Amino acid sequence: MSTTAPASARSSRGLGRPLQVQLPPFLRSRSARFLMVALGILVAYALPLLQPPFITTPASDFGGVMVTAGSYALVAVGLNIVIGYAGLLDLGYVGFYATGAYTTGVLTSQHAHWPFFLVLPLALVVTTVSGLLLGAPAIRVRGDYLAIVTLGFGEIITQVAKNTPWLGKAAGIKNIPPPPSIGPDEIGTDQDGIFQIPHLSWNGLVPSIDDAHKTPFLTFGVLDAIPYYWLILTIIIVVLIADILIKDSRVGRAWEATREDEDAAELMGVPTFRYKLLAFATGAAIGGVAGSMLAAGQGGFISPDVFPLQLSMLFVAAVLIGGAGNRWGALAGGVLVAYLPERFRTLSDWRLLIFGLSLMVIVTFRPQGILPPRRTRRALRAQAEIEEIEGDTVDA
Amino acid sequence: MPDTPTAPDSRKALLEVDDVTIRFGGVSALDSVSFDIKQGEILGLIGPNGAGKTTCFNVMTGVYQATSGQIRFDGKPLAKMKRYRITKLGIARTFQNIRLFKSMTALENVLVGADAQSKVGMFNALFRTPLHRRTEAESVEEAYRLLEFVGVGGKADELAENLSYGDQRRLEIARAMATKPKLLCLDEPAAGFNPAEKKRLMELIRKVRDDGYTVLLIEHDMRLVMGVTDRVVVLEFGRKIAEGSPAEIRDNPAVIAAYLGVDEEDAS
Repeated sequence: MSTTAPASARSSRGLGRPLQVQLPPFLRSRSARFLMVALGILVAYALPLLQPPFITTPASDFGGVMVTAGSYALVAVGLNIVIGYAGLLDLGYVGFYATGAYTTGVLTSQHAHWPFFLVLPLALVVTTVSGLLLGAPAIRVRGDYLAIVTLGFGEIITQVAKNTPWLGKAAGIKNIPPPPSIGPDEIGTDQDGIFQIPHLSWNGLVPSIDDAHKTPFLTFGVLDAIPYYWLILTIIIVVLIADILIKDSRVGRAWEATREDEDAAELMGVPTFRYKLLAFATGAAIGGVAGSMLAAGQGGFISPDVFPLQLSMLFVAAVLIGGAGNRWGALAGGVLVAYLPERFRTLSDWRLLIFGLSLMVIVTFRPQGILPPRRTRRALRAQAEIEEIEGDTVDA
Repeated sequence: MPDTPTAPDSRKALLEVDDVTIRFGGVSALDSVSFDIKQGEILGLIGPNGAGKTTCFNVMTGVYQATSGQIRFDGKPLAKMKRYRITKLGIARTFQNIRLFKSMTALENVLVGADAQSKVGMFNALFRTPLHRRTEAESVEEAYRLLEFVGVGGKADELAENLSYGDQRRLEIARAMATKPKLLCLDEPAAGFNPAEKKRLMELIRKVRDDGYTVLLIEHDMRLVMGVTDRVVVLEFGRKIAEGSPAEIRDNPAVIAAYLGVDEEDAS
């Protein structure tokens, strides 16, 4: 992984633009679009219950794969703020993932027994602070140097965890409690949760309701991964909304301007250091939240081996493959790097080869990412804004 | 925004360059240079290549620190001030080699400039506060007005890198104006322009001045400088060799010797 990767992805970004299509007429009205978004969200929530053929993973629990995919997607969306928006190549992002996870592990099981939903915001605060502490000195260096500094950070975090008795050393932290369940929670009974939702099973392309497999609403147990997926999907949606609001503002423009030309941005009145630090800390916070949910996940176990440096590279790959600078691209990239190896698990050792090859194919034929940033969309919105303003002045 | 110009001599100095010296290693890029820019005027800064014009710009906008001497803007010394603060205070500039935010639209480029005076941060953006909405609406409106003003009104949604060379230069002026400067510094805005484009640019610069801005213009093209400026400062080898009205400068023997007399150098 070299620092030229995001730069080249950026310079060839223009390639993706001719692919932009006009919205089909039925999607142009506001309510139609709202409906489509609502439908999309519903499908996303229902996906592990539907277990659609071809998409489902034959050799692994599809719900569990979806949890990992969601986790990586959240991480990629966070890292996209750092790499895609602000243009800071962060190769130690796994450090924040680990920080969030260990904060949760320590506070819910190792040294205290605080409830998960109190610890989650605390993990966010701790990772934000660690992001600020690392960022303040690191961001003063640019490009390749920043990549090396962050690379070191990622390694330091796992080494510290491995050597601190207080953090469980190499054995890690076990028995981290899951988020609190709603409704009864007794393993093995059919009475878990407030109500239970049956899955679909498929005979070829014919679906039928599978009463033998039901997911309790909302029990965070060891048997069913789907409630964890719902939780992480909910958090992804909240983060995406925040991402949209921040990007489409002075903050997002400042990030972009800084990425394009830091000195020119500074001379146009952008306090670039402050905004880079903000991007770094915001990304760290999102990574921390993802880590926190990993710790309180189905396994309830974390150790230094869960956070190898290699994972940082995978996260960066997810952002670049998806399309650095586009949140939907990052989301897709995150899902893809988690999902592909599991989808081909039946091919045993070949699956990693297929995974690696597919990454190479994507990068070769679409260097700007699967979904490069769409600028036309924002331009249209700006147009709508000015029309709104002009409408207002007519009214007044 | 500065007051409308009154009688030239009664104007107060907006920017004072006071005995400024900059050395890079042993080389003096600027050597005890002093001049001031009066409110509402167009001051030309000319000189042969390497005379220290852009260095002078850079020290004014905080890119370089003066080795000795002082620069005061509106009475405040600029030494050690952060670059973005200087912009906020009211000095904006364009670049000799165009430095737009290439993958942002023309409109967004201007909005970045407008954000310089914005008080909106992450919190306001996240919760879409009334302050955010109002600031954003005002900025967008102002940005469209500026794009129209410099003559790229129809290209607001084009990516900056897709604009023609001349439009990019104009966009840079719009972006600088969006920061609501008191002093607008243009670094060779006509570089690479053909005569027709230069003529339109001169009109634009006059329009900018008539709008109440003070303008500092670095330019190579003597005709443009003589046609548009109120006063001219001439640098050579980092020293000020002359200062006066365009007519005085034209007749100044030192200037002719240094700059005007040598056709080959002028052409370079």
